[in-house]
Amino acid sequence: MRHGKYPFVFSFLAIPVVLYLIYVIGPYAQAFYLALTNYNGFSAPQYVGSENFTRMFHSDLFWKAVQHNLFLLVALPLITMAIALFLAFMLNVGGRSRAGVRSGVWGSKFYRLVFFFPQVLAVVIVGVLFQQILRPDASGAVNGPLHALGVSPIGFLTNPTVAIWTVLAVLVWQAVGFYVVLFSAGMSSIPQDIYEAADLDGAGRLSMFFRVTLPLLFDTVQVAWVYLGIAAFDAFALVQVLTVEQGGPDGATTVLANEVYRNFIQSKAGYASAMGVALFFLTLTFAALTVRLSRRERIEF
Amino acid sequence: MPSSPENPTSPFGDRTFSRRTLLRNAAAASLVALPGAALLDACATGGGGGSTAGATGAKSAQNPLGVDPKAALDVVIFAGGYGDKYATDVHVPLYKKAFPDADVKESSTQEISTTLQPRFNGGNPPDVVDNSGSKQMEFGALVDANQLQDLSDLWAAPSVDDPNKKVKDTLLTGTIDQGMFNGKSYVFNYVSTVYGIWYNAKLWATKGWKAPKTWSEFITLLDTIKAAGLTPYGYAGANAAYYQYLVILTSAAKLGGPDILKNIDNLADGAWANDSVHKAAEAWAAVGAKYTDKSFLGLKHTEVQLKQNQDKLATYPSGNWLENEQKDNTPGTFEYAMFPIPSLTSSDKLPVTAIWAGAGEPFFVSAKGKNPKGGMEYFRRMLSKEGAQGFTKLTGSLTVLQGAAEGLDLPPGMKSSATALTAAGKDAFYYLFDGWYKDLDQELRAATNELFYAGGTADKFVDRMQKKADAIKKDSSIKKFTR
Repeated sequence: MRHGKYPFVFSFLAIPVVLYLIYVIGPYAQAFYLALTNYNGFSAPQYVGSENFTRMFHSDLFWKAVQHNLFLLVALPLITMAIALFLAFMLNVGGRSRAGVRSGVWGSKFYRLVFFFPQVLAVVIVGVLFQQILRPDASGAVNGPLHALGVSPIGFLTNPTVAIWTVLAVLVWQAVGFYVVLFSAGMSSIPQDIYEAADLDGAGRLSMFFRVTLPLLFDTVQVAWVYLGIAAFDAFALVQVLTVEQGGPDGATTVLANEVYRNFIQSKAGYASAMGVALFFLTLTFAALTVRLSRRERIEF
Repeated sequence: MPSSPENPTSPFGDRTFSRRTLLRNAAAASLVALPGAALLDACATGGGGGSTAGATGAKSAQNPLGVDPKAALDVVIFAGGYGDKYATDVHVPLYKKAFPDADVKESSTQEISTTLQPRFNGGNPPDVVDNSGSKQMEFGALVDANQLQDLSDLWAAPSVDDPNKKVKDTLLTGTIDQGMFNGKSYVFNYVSTVYGIWYNAKLWATKGWKAPKTWSEFITLLDTIKAAGLTPYGYAGANAAYYQYLVILTSAAKLGGPDILKNIDNLADGAWANDSVHKAAEAWAAVGAKYTDKSFLGLKHTEVQLKQNQDKLATYPSGNWLENEQKDNTPGTFEYAMFPIPSLTSSDKLPVTAIWAGAGEPFFVSAKGKNPKGGMEYFRRMLSKEGAQGFTKLTGSLTVLQGAAEGLDLPPGMKSSATALTAAGKDAFYYLFDGWYKDLDQELRAATNELFYAGGTADKFVDRMQKKADAIKKDSSIKKFTR
């Protein structure tokens, strides 16, 4: 090892590490500390022990929010990835094999562009757009025709059982495009000769997908799973903008991040921090589990 | 205190704190040992120090509060439906005229809390704050942290227009009471708000419909309207359920007397579980079951108000800012007018003319600011006839200054609400719990939507609210207020 290597490395790392400590780790530590106080944002915090946590565990809204987060955590990655994998497969290898080279279906370049559109829109805009599309009165894009037919409108955002599915659907709609691109990139790095060999063995599209594409795409799928899991723990902006009474009706769509925010602006910063800590541990558990469960041998190609 | 009329709940949440960073780095963070207490000291929770003395000057007839004529004044206005032109064009010039050497800095924001909370924590608060809008700072927390200036000196000072009259004697009754927190006057509500049921006077004149006084007249009218093909009654469930809970509580107060609302504010036992609240909820649930359009549950206040301007909706509950808020969408065939909520029974404790009348748009002076006396003087100037009329001219809204509208040509809707306020006389009431206990406000919004639009019952409504009120009462972490 050459002399002077460490000072060199440290000099590069010092500034980012200090910034990271101050702007990321610092606020974390602070949140843990505030969770044990009655801080209201204006007067100095006083230590109250585990009071905030006791209150949190007895709060219906907290458990509703946790339920919704877990629902999104299961449903969002599954549905998004299923759709994105299907679309990416069709865009890249789903077409006819020409001279042994597999390509996407006709017009795949155009579709790829179109699928990516929702990703370009800011979440707030997506929220406002869907609010108008799903309007319950005659001006709604979906409910308008229903009104005209004399059918009672669907309360996409006002029916407590339907509302969370609406949130899920919009999240999926917005996410799919990005994962199509992600999976497409993964698929294009799979060597053509593997497909060629499978083709010669007489594999159809279905077995091609499950036996070749998916296993070789596993790393990308894992990354997608983690990203989507994080998105499911978030969902803050969409719920805040799209839903009735920000997480309603009656808490039917609220998620943890919204509860943190709501309590924070109601000057219950201590309690909000306690929820933040809960969210932290939930996310951590999810990340640890994902890494653990998806650990397997890499396929080199 | 009632929220600011415009934009009852902004959907555009403040997302300044880094959720994404928090989540993305969650895994990484666990790997790094948490740094010690050194970082904690550097956190945002230091709490404001700051002097409480502030600048002072010699008292005189022109300067009864003893303002330092040279001291700068920092004013922050919530730029909502009223804008901030009334401050820059009327109130600041009035102050500057009295104290030409003072440097008055006015700024405006729609995000009061986001902009100002760091300044309060840093011990550098502005002197005058219009703490309004959906991002208002919670008064309970501000009071708790001794950030608010006691305004009793202001109320006892002589008024600008008549030195023989104290400021407090120039105000509409109840103005000061509505800014009291546990016996101390901290908040100055500038705008006079009157709530009622609004309709299109021109349309009603052609149809021959008349404002109802009794409940049976009201129901008959709703039937007639329904037969005419209009939605008889409705409010916006998505963000303005509090317009309707105000109506339900008004009915309860008319039936059982204003103490019903006082008990609710004071979290008294059985404040909700009583006959008056139950009967009011029952009556309005029946209206919701038969005379509304259920899709309004998913609409915002502006969307429903537009339907009324298009004569698709006949009656709409709101405050007297409605006319001004809708002025760009009101066609020539539409003329706003309001009637008080009809009496439920013939044995109501209050007459039919009784209304919910309050003071809105809460201002305060920072106790820890550099110039609290100047802040109070600024309020005194706002309460001069010139200041109040200037506000009314620019915003189309009335102030809490008695008789300030005399000689002004008011728009028809405003005139109608001013008439209703005069007719009500001493039979005007209000509640304050929505400002004191945000949780109760939110529960009531949800319960009202359930009752009116989602087939709820009065029993469920009353149970639910009583349960929440009891829970708040028991919760030691919530600061309590009484009136």
